Amino acid sequence: MNPIYARRRRKDIVVRGLCIGAAAFGVTWLALILLTLLYNGIAGLNLELFVADTPPPGSTEGGLRNAIVGSLIMTIIGVGIGAPLGLFAGTYLAEYGRNDKLTSVIRFINDILLSAPSIIIGLFIYGAVVVPMRGFSAIAGSLALAVIVIPVVLRTTEDMLLLVPNALREAASALGLPRSLVIKRIAYRAARSGLITGVLLATARVAGETAPLLFTALSNQFFSLGLNKTMANLPVTINNFVQSPYAYWKQLAWSGALLITLTVLALNIGARILGAERTAK
Amino acid sequence: MTDLSVSVSSNAHLASQQPLPEAPAKVTVRNLNFYYGEHHALKNINLMLGTNRVTAFIGPSGCGKSTLLRIFNRMYDLYPGQRVTGQLMLDQTNILDPKLDLNLLRARVGMVFQKPTPFPMTIYENIAFGIRLYEKISKSEMDDRVEKALRGGALWNEVKDKLNASGLSLSGGQQQRLCIARTVAVRPEVILFDEPCSALDPISTAKVEELIQELSENYTIAIVTHNMQQAARVSDKTAFMYLGELIEFDDTSKIFTSPSDRRTQDYITGRFG
Repeated sequence: MNPIYARRRRKDIVVRGLCIGAAAFGVTWLALILLTLLYNGIAGLNLELFVADTPPPGSTEGGLRNAIVGSLIMTIIGVGIGAPLGLFAGTYLAEYGRNDKLTSVIRFINDILLSAPSIIIGLFIYGAVVVPMRGFSAIAGSLALAVIVIPVVLRTTEDMLLLVPNALREAASALGLPRSLVIKRIAYRAARSGLITGVLLATARVAGETAPLLFTALSNQFFSLGLNKTMANLPVTINNFVQSPYAYWKQLAWSGALLITLTVLALNIGARILGAERTAK
Repeated sequence: MTDLSVSVSSNAHLASQQPLPEAPAKVTVRNLNFYYGEHHALKNINLMLGTNRVTAFIGPSGCGKSTLLRIFNRMYDLYPGQRVTGQLMLDQTNILDPKLDLNLLRARVGMVFQKPTPFPMTIYENIAFGIRLYEKISKSEMDDRVEKALRGGALWNEVKDKLNASGLSLSGGQQQRLCIARTVAVRPEVILFDEPCSALDPISTAKVEELIQELSENYTIAIVTHNMQQAARVSDKTAFMYLGELIEFDDTSKIFTSPSDRRTQDYITGRFG
């Protein structure tokens, strides 16, 4: 065999081996985490988990109903506030302000916000909402989640709209469509599944956030729907229960963790399917 | 001149074809200059588009023919840093008037692009969408208008059984005819074609060319093309442009058989460009 070619072959085998090794290393941990969660959490995954509230210390009865409902409420409100803001801002960057100086400033700030540690956002809402309102509240928790949602949705919205070919916008303008309708009827429709994917991914992201809720919604031992009171939620409950000495609490924490993971997994798979539809078109 | 006779032999009909009588001007261009920032892209253009005639614009890449076309419907307004001087009239309307309602202008001056651009919606909606922008009509009237437009785009027979399929499911040639039908549906006066066949196969190209000829009975048409045979086949008048200047503008038969300018002759015989 030609020595130059043989050397290239050897190099190829080594590099390919390294790549496969690195990928396997990463995937192994992920698989281990999922398996451990499944192994420990599946036992507690029963009806009681969904219909009974968190038990008092020492009790061996109870579920996570208040935490599940609280997480649902705060996630929905957080995404409800954050997603439209992110969509509008992303639309500005991709459509109206494409050639603005302001756009690059906003994009830069958004990138910082995107990578800001979520505990900082929790502290910010603590200072901005909790202190003036003189108390932890579900609404403060929702706002903290919203602040996390905005940059994620903004970024995907901008990216997805930039993928819409300009020829399509020109064609719509050439029919006499005003700019607002070109965006609403043509660009949004062309980017629809991408935009929904962005919102789903943002939802998945905040569904498991603990730090921003720690200083805002706190947690609640009881079932509560009041937005101006503290509210139970899965991540903080898991955090509290894991650190407890009670076996039953630990079991509930495992089950709660499994529940969040499955939800996030489902959201991600949903986003994937939507994304695949997009490219198939 | 021997070269020339060879290259136009496929257009032999031109020699015998009598040019149509002069038509009244639909669009008049006077002393038009266009700038992309500092770059002077169009230099002192003077010409007119005859009513219900087909005018072809030919010339090497970068000569400004597409740029000129995109001024007719003020498409350049979508982008910053572009500037135009001179006069451009559509009948009595000053197209360059800064106060002009661009959406109404674009309803009068339709455009078909190089790449087919069906909207991400059904075939029916692709047509109905444009109509609804200007008219409120009943479902049955809309059905009629959609059918008429699709017939106008020579597409009806191919899509009548799948009007609710996505416009994106059609073939490239069908998509382009859908775009033509969509443009015709809003009843413009002028239709601009910007290299409408450059992404199409020969059979689709023949269909679109035939369509352009049919449309010229009711519409004033301007077409930019890289394909000289196409210009010869479909147009009544041809404008040859080079480096931002209008070199020659005359009856198509004259341009392709006995051009007056040396550069026109060089271009159509394939010596450059």
